[in-house]
Parts: sequence; C-alpha cells; structure tokens
Amino acid sequence: MFYRENGQFKTSYRSDQQIFPIRQDRVLVTLLLVLAFVAVPLLASDYFLKAILIPFLILSLAAIGLNILVGYCGQISLGTGAFMAVGAYAAWNIGVRFQGTPLVIQILLGGAFATIVGVIFGIPSLRIRGLYLAVATLAAQFFVDWAFLRIPFFTNYSPSGNVSVPALTFLGISLQGAIAKYLFVLSFVAVFALLAKNLVRSAMGREWMAIRDMDVAASVIGIRPMYAKLTAFAVSSFIVGVSGALWGFLHLGSWEPLAFDLNRSFQLLFMVIIGGLGSILGSFFGAAFIVLVPVALNHIPSLLGLPLGVDTAAHIEHMIFGSLIVFFLIAEPHGLARLWAVGKEKLRIWPFPH
Amino acid sequence: MKRITVKHIAATIAAASVLGTWSLPVQAEEQFVPLLAYRTGSFAPLGIPWADGKMDYLKLVNARGGVNGVKITYEECETSYATDRGVECYERLKDHAPTGASAFDPQSTGITFAVSDKAPGDKKSILTVGYGLSQSTDGSVFPWNFPMLGTYWTAADVMIQDIAKKEGGMDKLKGKKIALVFHDSPYGKEPIALLQERAKKEGFELLLYPVTAPGVEQKSTWLQIRQSKPNYVLLWSAGIMTPTALREAQATGYPRDKMYGIWWAASEGDVKDLGAVAKGYNAVTIHNTAGRGKVHDELKTLVYDKGQGSDTNGTTMGTIAHTRGMVISMLTVEAIRTAQEKYGKGKSMTTEQVRWGLENLNLTQERLNEIGFGELMRPVKTSCMNHTGDDWARIIQWDGAKFEIKPDWYRSDATIIAPLVKEAAAKYAKDKNLTPVKCEG
Repeated sequence: MFYRENGQFKTSYRSDQQIFPIRQDRVLVTLLLVLAFVAVPLLASDYFLKAILIPFLILSLAAIGLNILVGYCGQISLGTGAFMAVGAYAAWNIGVRFQGTPLVIQILLGGAFATIVGVIFGIPSLRIRGLYLAVATLAAQFFVDWAFLRIPFFTNYSPSGNVSVPALTFLGISLQGAIAKYLFVLSFVAVFALLAKNLVRSAMGREWMAIRDMDVAASVIGIRPMYAKLTAFAVSSFIVGVSGALWGFLHLGSWEPLAFDLNRSFQLLFMVIIGGLGSILGSFFGAAFIVLVPVALNHIPSLLGLPLGVDTAAHIEHMIFGSLIVFFLIAEPHGLARLWAVGKEKLRIWPFPH
Repeated sequence: MKRITVKHIAATIAAASVLGTWSLPVQAEEQFVPLLAYRTGSFAPLGIPWADGKMDYLKLVNARGGVNGVKITYEECETSYATDRGVECYERLKDHAPTGASAFDPQSTGITFAVSDKAPGDKKSILTVGYGLSQSTDGSVFPWNFPMLGTYWTAADVMIQDIAKKEGGMDKLKGKKIALVFHDSPYGKEPIALLQERAKKEGFELLLYPVTAPGVEQKSTWLQIRQSKPNYVLLWSAGIMTPTALREAQATGYPRDKMYGIWWAASEGDVKDLGAVAKGYNAVTIHNTAGRGKVHDELKTLVYDKGQGSDTNGTTMGTIAHTRGMVISMLTVEAIRTAQEKYGKGKSMTTEQVRWGLENLNLTQERLNEIGFGELMRPVKTSCMNHTGDDWARIIQWDGAKFEIKPDWYRSDATIIAPLVKEAAAKYAKDKNLTPVKCEG
C-alpha cells in the first residue's frame, strides 16, 4: 500500500533508468538527506555527532568501498585496514610536506595513493580467487602495518611513530567544531555514496557482477577479467583510502598504525557481510549495526539505572551483540539490506498479501 | 464532579513549586572526575587494579569529606583498550555534569594520542602518569597534557643510570652492549630517542629488537640476543609480552637479573605465575609506588571496612598498579585543591581552573605526609615549562615471590632530556602548525 508504484508510468528510457525509479524512494531519500544535513546538526549533541555519527559515517564509506570489491566483484579482501592506513598516512604526508595543500585535495590524494597500493595488491587476484585471495590481501595488511611502523620517512621521522594533524580548515572555515566536522564528513559520504551507487549501475558495475557470478562465463561474453578485477580494486581502495584519511583527520586527529590494524579489516568485512553483500544501502546498515549497537547496549544499564560494573556491562554487551549477529545471519543470510528489501515488498502489498 | 478552574490549576502549580523548592536539599558543590578503564580485554590484568586504585582513592577523598567540602563524583567508562571506544568514552564524559571532566587518565597510548588532539579544543586536561608522549613535558606546546611524575624517557634514563651504577660508573659503559626489546608500536618506540642519545654520549652500543604485537612469538628475537650477547636487556613490553620474554630469556639462558622492565611490564600479575623463573628481574617504578603508605591503612579503615571498596575479590588492593591508580587520582584531587586555593575554596572548579592547578601543583613532603603518600612519593612541583614535575624513580627486583625495593632513588638527567624534549616538542609544533604559549617567568 505504501510502496505501490501504481500510476507512476515511465515514458522514457531516462526515467526508467533513474537511480530511484519509485517516487516513494525518492521522497524518502530526499527526506533523509534533509534530516541528515539540516535537522541532525540542529538537534544532535556534541557527543552524538563526534562519538557516534562521525565514526558511523566514515566507516559506512569504508564499507561501501569494501562492498564494491567483495559484494559486487566477488573478490574477498582482508586488507581494508591497510588501504585505509595508506589513505590516512598519504594524506598526512602531503599535508606535512606540501604545506598549504587544501584539505579536500589532501584527502583525495590520499585516496589516489591507496588506489595505487590497492591495484598492486589486486594483481594476485588475476591468478587466485576465493579464500586464497583473502590470504593474499592479508599480506597487504601485514606489509602496510610493517611499513608505517618501520619506515621513518612515512611518519616524517617522528620519534615514536605517531602522527598528528594540524588544525583543519575548509575554504577558510575551521573544522574544529562538531557540526562543521559532521557536515564535512557527511558531504563526502553523500557524494561518494551517490557515485558508488551510479558506478555499480553502470557498464563497469555490471562487468564486476558478471565476474563475481562466474568469471569464465564473463570472459566468454567479452569481459576482460583483468580490467574488471583491477578496476574493482582501484575504485574500492580509492573509496577506502578516502575513508581512511577522513578517519585519521576528522575522527582521530592523531593516530598510530594500530588504528588501522587487522581488526579494522575484519570489522569492515563483518559490516559488509551483515549489512548485505552487493548493496550500497547495506553498507550503511552494516556500519550502523557494528558501530551503534555496542554503544547503545553499553548505555542501557546506566539508562535503566542498574548498578552494574562497567566490566559486567561490557561482558553482557559482547554476549548480546554476538547473539544478535547470529540471529540476523540466521534470519536473513543475505544481510540487513535484504531484510529491508523484504520489508519494502511487504509494505507494497500490505494489507492484502495475496 | 468538581470543575477544575484556572484558579485551581494556578494554586496547584504554586503549591507544587513551593514544595519543589523545599524538597530540594541545599545543593552541595560537586566536582566530576571521569574514570576511563579497561576491565575487559587482553590488558585487563593491568587494567583492573589500576581502575580499582583510581576509584578507591576518590572514595577515600569523599570519606574524608571531599576537597574542602566539595564532593567528588565520578563515572567509569570501559574502553577495552580500544581507541574507538576510548574516544567514545571521552566524548561521553567530557561535559558530564556538574563541572565537566576534571582530568582524563586514558590508560592507553592510542587513546592518549586521539584525545590529546581533541583536548585543547574542549579545554580538558590529559593526565598521563608514566606514559604518553615524552615531549609533552613541554607545557608551552602541550598546555593540556600532563605526563606527570615521569615519562618513558625518565624510565630509560633511570635504567641506564642503574646499569652504570652496577658497572661502577658511567664511563664503564663504554663498549658495552645494551639491547632494547620493545613492543613494536609507538609505546615501545618511545624510549629509543633517549637511548640513542645516551649511547652516543656514553659510548655503548644500542641493539634494537622490535617484537610484533601482541608479543607471544619471540623465539627469533631471543635467538638473536643469544648471538649478540648484550650485557643488559631493557624490556618495553605490555601484557602477555612480558611473561613470554622472561620465559624465552630462561630458555636461552639469559640472566634475568640483567633485564630491566618498564613500569607497565612490572606488575605482580606479570611475574607471579613465573615465580622463580623471573627471579632477579629488575624493573623501574614511578617514585616509590611499589611501597606501602599510610594511605593504604586509611583506605582500609575508611573505605574497605565499610564495605565500599572497589576491590571486591581482595586481590588488587596493595598491588603496584592499584597504588599507581591511587597516585593518579591523588594528583587530580590535589590539582583541584590547588585550583580551589586560587579560585575559591569549597567551590566547584571549571576544567580550566583544574588545568591551572595541575600546572601549579606543589606537593611538599608535609602535604604528602598529610594525605598518606609520604612514603610513596617524593615532593613534586610542576610548572608551565615542566608538566612532568620531579620525575623520581626507583628500581625494584623480583625475588621469586615479591618485588623488593632497591634503596636508590634516581631521577632523569636534565642535561640530556631537556634538549630532547625541546627539540621533539618544537618539531611537533611545526608539524601541527601550533604557536607555543608563552610561559610566564
């Protein structure tokens, strides 16, 4: 009933191929954007913006990047943390070595360096696939961790090897306040999500999916596996690199390689799997689940006024979070995005399900 | 049914508001202290006594009647040693009622880095006793960071001094080999700058052996040590890395009494299970935190005997990490008291006022005796140029069952550390595009 597209006639190819073909979706997305850009900054507290929304948005962006590789092109990667690190350190180095480079350029160049590294570590994907590729990308993770710990050039010879970003500005506006940071990150995420959504609907996106579904068949019909796989690695690591730069610059401000260790790679892979492989929206769901649910669970005892120790609360949080993961994967192995799609389908025919 | 008129409502509201004001007790002044802790995760064995100590001392202060009558309120937040969660905790507690966070003790290098970047904007002090960036001693570049009582450079310098003493003088170090086995992270790399400086000056050879976190795999490291035969091994380890290193030392036959651990690698929990294996293992402690002070007795009578202690299992109270936790809380409380002396006794202090208190702390021996820390610390005085204050340290040695405190007191050599601090701080300011604050006087 709510999602009935009756009466919405498509009279041109253009309107048939638009990004959100159903009017309800367009309205919903517009409302969501207005909410995110106008209502949230006006209403949300400093804590909510800085500690919850900014990390959520940045990790969503990283999950989108990973989803392109894993969900759309079918190449499992355990090197996401490494590509984030490359983005962050490259952006930082550009800022330190070429003082006065605008922030956006720094972040995009960080993404560009991540692309290079991503493509290099994507080359093995031409020969190996599946779990073996996952192990090969694991090498990227260990190599990058090693490089940023041991090669002093990358940290500008900082004695302890941690780096710290200067005060950030964008077009002369200081990015120190929570609202400014939030809007900056949100703009990045919105633009990149839109680009990614369009990219996966394009010829390139269809090539990726063909490779994912059956690479032999894809090459028979004229898709070059090398081109398709390497573009997927390139686009994915660019987006991941940008998110890494945002994570370092806008969320942490000062970091050590540990911020982008193997656990980060796993965390992002779980986001993509739980959110939904091959879905841009799923990346947001996955990030929301992994980032927000533990924090929310952690707040529950104090909101209810239960006199629990923080350690007990943390243990309970882990138990509930773990069982939620199991529950969602059993209820819908295709991820939260699939649940959403099912829900939409139900809404479409409600209240007459037959 | 009775009709409800405007008059009724007005009367009710008036009555309620009168009652409301009456029923509220006279608001006592309060001061909020945030407690970041890790009671879960792989570093919990160190985190639990530390967190208990911090909380216990605040309970003791309240039992003594607060800071000039101002009650300390606190809230604990679990970080599990993860930077993300630590940042979340920081944001959650930084503006907590009623005063905002007096001073954060992040308990982790990664969290310290991340919150140090946010602290100046939020006007919150970061108190890192015995850890953090060594160059943050320089208050003109790091106005909101307080690496009090000692940094990693202090610890490294004290180890070298103790080695020199054993060898019979600094000049005897010439031609010796000293190895640093370190956790491969900014934490482990922190002492390198100072050790290189010392190696250059005293003419000993510095061998560096990084160990990949978490440090359970050290076979190749100790094989190299067996080949290179260093005269001494300095151990910059954390968590599981410490017992592993000691076991490997035993396996390769490296004498444990030639090993020096950093204070985070020298809690009872690190060596207790090893017993005789670790016998002879030396470590540095911040001031005399391995000792026992009057504060312990007072804590027992005023807090534990009333059943309010944080250590419910009876395992953490009296351990080194617990004592160190108490010292950290004590420094926060004394900073609040110092601030009150300037800005108004018996009042809640703003975070900026507490920062002033941290920067102008002057803990004399009389004051330390008064609060029960006389045996645990030497007098400490901080200033704008020196946020560390007097960085005394002592050496302790594991005798197979407990840590024995060695009689000497050491402090870092200012002629070596001060130029290093200045240089590193200036570089930090340049990288970060900061203008250092002017220190008065």
